[in-house]
Formats: sequence, C-alpha cells, structure tokens
Amino acid sequence: MVEVGVSRTRHQDRVRPPVRSSYAMELAVHFRGAVSFLGRFPALTGVDLDVGPGEVVLLRGPNGAGKTTLLRCCAALVRVSAGEAVVLGHELVGASAEVRRSLRRRVGLLGHGAGLYDELTVADNVTFWARAGGADPVDAEAAMVQLGLDGRLRHLAVGRLSAGQRRRTSLAVMLARRPALWLLDEPHAGLDQTGRDVIDRLILDARAAGVTVLIASHELDRAEAVATRTVTLVGGSVLGAPPTPGSARSPIAAPVDRAQDEVVDRVP
Amino acid sequence: MVASTSSPGTRILGVAVGAGLAVLLLFALVLSPADAVQEETVRMFYVHVPTALIAFTAFFVTVGASVGYLVRRTEWWDIVAGASAEMGAVLLVATLVSGALWGRVTWGVYWTWDARLTLTALLFVLVLGYLAVRRLPLERGQRSRVSAVVGLLLAPTTIACHYATTWWRTLHQSQTVTTTDAKLDGLMLFTFALGMIVFGLLYGWLMIHRFRILWLENRVEDLSLDAAIADRLREAQPDAPRTSPTLTGSGIPGATG
Amino acid sequence: MFRDAALVAGKDLRLELRSRVGVAQVAPFALLMLILFAFALDPDRAVLQRATAGLYWVAVLFSALLAIQRAFAVESDEGVRDALRLSGLDPAGIFLGKVAAIAIQLLVLEVLLLGGVVVLYNAEPSGFALLVPTCLSATLGLAAAGCIYGVLAAGLRVKETILPLLLLPVLAPVLIAATQAFEAALGGATGEGWRWLGLLLVFAAAYVALGFGTFGLLLEES
Repeated sequence: MVEVGVSRTRHQDRVRPPVRSSYAMELAVHFRGAVSFLGRFPALTGVDLDVGPGEVVLLRGPNGAGKTTLLRCCAALVRVSAGEAVVLGHELVGASAEVRRSLRRRVGLLGHGAGLYDELTVADNVTFWARAGGADPVDAEAAMVQLGLDGRLRHLAVGRLSAGQRRRTSLAVMLARRPALWLLDEPHAGLDQTGRDVIDRLILDARAAGVTVLIASHELDRAEAVATRTVTLVGGSVLGAPPTPGSARSPIAAPVDRAQDEVVDRVP
Repeated sequence: MVASTSSPGTRILGVAVGAGLAVLLLFALVLSPADAVQEETVRMFYVHVPTALIAFTAFFVTVGASVGYLVRRTEWWDIVAGASAEMGAVLLVATLVSGALWGRVTWGVYWTWDARLTLTALLFVLVLGYLAVRRLPLERGQRSRVSAVVGLLLAPTTIACHYATTWWRTLHQSQTVTTTDAKLDGLMLFTFALGMIVFGLLYGWLMIHRFRILWLENRVEDLSLDAAIADRLREAQPDAPRTSPTLTGSGIPGATG
Repeated sequence: MFRDAALVAGKDLRLELRSRVGVAQVAPFALLMLILFAFALDPDRAVLQRATAGLYWVAVLFSALLAIQRAFAVESDEGVRDALRLSGLDPAGIFLGKVAAIAIQLLVLEVLLLGGVVVLYNAEPSGFALLVPTCLSATLGLAAAGCIYGVLAAGLRVKETILPLLLLPVLAPVLIAATQAFEAALGGATGEGWRWLGLLLVFAAAYVALGFGTFGLLLEES
C-alpha cells in the first residue's frame, strides 16, 4: 500500500502496460506481476494468476505466503501497487473509490474476522448485512435456512455462538448477497466434521451455479476434492506459473529515477 | 555522495537568515526607540508578532497543501503540508513564550483570555493534533491521505474557533488591553518589517531543508522496498530464473548473487 | 443513501438497546461529572448556580466523547470494518446513520443532565424557545464532528487517546456557543443567545457537509 514516490499520474502513465485485451476481460481474475505491500512488507511479490469464470481454484502455500493478501486484493481491500490486476472486469491498479466499491458489491469474502456484531443476534446480523448489500430479505431468510440458522440459533447473540456457528452466519450473509466471486480464506479452519461438510457442499453448489471460487486452505484433502485447480503461492508469488504468451513480463519499463536528481529538480 | 541537504541556494539563504537575525537583533535591542508607553519591553514585539504571523502563514500553507494533496495526490503536497505544520508548531511555541514573557513584564500576567490569545492557543493544540496524526503507525499512502483530510478539517475548525472566541471576548470586559495595534512609524516600522522578512526567510530556509530530508526518507524507503521484494523472492524460490518486479524500475535481479 | 442511513441508524440503536452501554455506563458517568463538579467547586450555591450552563455543557461534551468512542468501538474489529467496506453501503449513508444514532443517544443524555442540573444545582429552566434549538443544533454538531474523527480513530490502537486530542479542540466552539446560549436562556435575557444559536447551526451544517465529503475516505483508510 505504499504510494510510489514520483507523481502518481506520471508514474502510472509510464508504468501501466496495456491491459484491456479481451483475454483479460473474459477471465474472472487476471493478475500479472502484481505487487502489494502491507506497510513495508511485500506481501505479494509478483503474482501471475488467471482464473476463468466458474473455476474453483485452491490456493495453497506455507503460512505467510500471501494467500490472504491475494484474496483481499481480489476484494479490493488491499491496494495493488504495481503490475496488472483485473478482477471481474475491474482494473485494480490505481483504481478509484467508485471502481473499488463496484467490485466489492460483486465479491464475497469469508475472512478471518467474522464481520459480525457480537451483541446482535444471528437474525439481526444476517438481515442487516444482507440488506446492506442490497439483497432481498427473502434471500436472507433462505440463506439462514440453508445453513441451519433458523430455529434456536436465530435469536442468539453472535458473541455466544461457537466458531462453527459464527462461520455459518458469515456464510449466510455471503450467500444472501449472491456474489459472482467467492473468496474463502481458510473456510474449514476450526470447524468440526459437520461444519466442514456444510462448507464443501456449499462450494459444490456454487460450482454448479457457475460462481467462481478462490479458496485459500491448508486442508488439502478436502479442498482438493472440490477444487478444479490448485495453485501454490510461495514468498508472495506463484510457484512455477508459466507466463501467458503475449503478456508483459516485467511490469515496470521505466528508467530509474535517481533520488538525488529528483531532489534537485523538484525542490522549488 | 552528498552528505547534507544543502545546495548553493540554501547556503545563500542560510547566510541571509543568519545575517538578518543579527541585524534584527541590533535594531530591535539597540537602535529602535523605546515605546512611549511600554518603554523597553516593547522590544519583545519584534519577535512576538512576526513569529505569530509567520506561524499563521505556515498553518495556512498546511491547510492549502492538504487540499492540494487531496486534489493532486502527489507526494510533494504531502511533504509540504507536514513540514509546514512542524515549522508552524515551532514558531507558535516561540510566539506563545515570547508573548507570555512580554505579558508578564508589561502587565504582570503570563496569560489573558482575550480572543487572539485564546485562538492562538487553540491553533497550537490543533497543530499538535495534526502532527500526532502524521506520526501514526500507518502505511505511507494511508497516512498521507488521512493527514490530508485532518489538515483540510483544520480550516473549518479555525473559522469556527475564530468566531466563537471573538464573540466570546467582546461580550465581556477584557482585563488588559493588548496594544499590538500601536502606531508604528519610522524606525519601529522598519524594524518590524525587518522582523517579518527575517522570520519569513527563516521559515523558508527550514522548510527547504525539512522538505528535502522527508523526500530523501521516502526515496530510501522505496529502495528498501525493492530490496525487500527481491529478498523475499530469493528466499522463497531460489531457483526461479526471473527479474523481480520493482517500484522504482531499477530491476534488481532475483536469482543472481 | 437515506435507505442506507436508516439501516445503519437502526442497527446502531438496536445495538444500544441490546447492550445498554449508554444507559448503564454513559448516563451514570454524566451524572457523576455533575457530582464531581460540586466537590471541586464548593457547594456554596452561588458558584454552582452561576456556572451551571458551563458545567452542563462540559458534562455533555465528555459524555459525548464516551458515546462516540462506544459507537465506533463496535466497528473497531477489523472484520467488521472490512465487512462495512465490502457491504456496498454508501459511505455518506453510513455517516448519516451513525450521526443520527449518536445524536439520538446524546439528546436523551442531555435531557437527563438537564434534570440533573435542575435537581443538583437548583437551576430553573426557562427560555425554552432558545434552550431546545440550542440543544438540538449543538448535538447535531457534536455528533457530526464526532463521527468524522471517530471513524478516523476507530481502527487505531491508540484510539482512546487520539480521539479526545483531535476532537476536543474542534468542539471548543460548540462548548463556547452552547454555554453562552444557555446562559442567555437561563438568565431570562434571551436576546444575546440567538447569535450563538446561529453559530451552532452553521457549525452543524458545515460538519454534516464535511462528513459527507470525507467519511468515505476515512473509512477506507482507517
């Protein structure tokens, strides 16, 4: 998330390679040499990834490899500083707030935090978040039923639920909004057998419905069963990803700006 | 390798400031006449008022640069806003201290709650708040954006405080009258103008140096980020034959060395 | 946007109803302040009565700080803030909703404090034509400015200390104006007070407008 030092517009003009090829636009997710920072730490060091619509892609890799950051970039929660990144037709590098907001309406992220108000009940939370996302209250109800949240759990405050029940509530919120791209960050973590089965079933249903799903997981047996493809992330980039012919290899083609000269030029 | 942030321009400016301060001291302390009413204590005036006015100018620069950053989103505006706020804070301290000393000597009180002083105190606290925001542990882009908004918000706050304090103090009797609107002419006027010029130049000189330091800090950070990318790649995939992507375009190779 | 605002306001008020923090903690704090003032200022009736307007608004100010801290503490969880950004809610709508919820809670608090001041300091409320609009506009200004700085501080580890530092100087004009207006109203000579009410209205309008403009960016970056 570091702003490049030189004038933003100028640098972008020099740097951004042409990206509006039809190839990129058809894909659900298209990353080429994407770089992203969390503070000073380069979380993504040049990711190359193409995901077609309807695919279920498993992201695996050691802890700290950048899986979570990649998912958050797809949700436009983390800025991509350099390279190419197009998600659902939205250009992410240098994207304006409107573009980011438009993308976010179409994706669903199941992250580490539940994203729920602990002091409100399950029903309150699901209806609030579903309606916030523009979904019908009917869809919210249906989602709760689908995840077994109607009945006794409805009127329980989220803070009192178990981890699995909380995860199901977050999923209900996501389902109600019907996003085109699902981003699941370790969905199976901390769940019991039943919970994991529920998740797997949902992913398979989504796959059948043509939704694109990206899963970051350590549960390789389960996840590989539902995934159409596996991608390994190490040290912030994809292991062994062959470059697609015709795309720019290095995202930066500009000459080096020497710091000293910059100072003398720029200071009034 | 340049070891300081001076350049021929700033050296000349620095000398001018030093000389100017010396001349100002001469005029203020020795050559200008004592005031009819306040006698020798009026000499504090030549420090107190220029620092106040330049501090207010620095404050406006911060607000303006914050707006500039929000419109243009280039680093230059962000650095100017921050540097100016720092200078403004320093000058305000000088203003408040010299004012307090002057007040003590002239009227026996360090402070009085008249409109101008109260507003100055509020501005000081506001600038401190802004500087606190600049020091938050956020990422650079985030910090610039948030600081710019806080800087922008200084403007309506100042206007509101100005009206509130002015109305507040004109409804009640002030105990003392701060005669900074005394008639100035001749040598006193000249000394005052000299004070304005010298402190203005001081502000400019310090600003240039501070700007350069901040700029270079950002450049160093950029370079270290490129290195961080390369390091991370090298650790993770030592066999991958590729050039690592960079922010500055210096193309640090990932696999060599 | 108004739909979003209503949704958010409803959510906040429902949260308050469930958790009862405002009722159980902020209100007693406000009354406690009135009591502490009496300890500090010699319950010699004259001093407290003369200073009633000012003490009232200082108590409101600090209680408002607590209320604003609380309103954003529920949003301080990273997951919830992410969810807000992802939800597709219009940031201006979120701002308006939060302002409305905080303002309603503050108004209830102010009525309570008014009662406290009548009882504890022997104040005689009069000049309601000035008193009521003053409360309304001051509250709106407090809530609007509070939301702007509240969302800025929400995600920070140092939020408890930076929010007062940023917010209190901004609210100083409200304190001055509201106190003067109250003094005019309580003293019976309301002529002076209208000018202060004007200042409060302009303040409130300005900060609501500023909130519309800046809340989105601050929510994004906090």
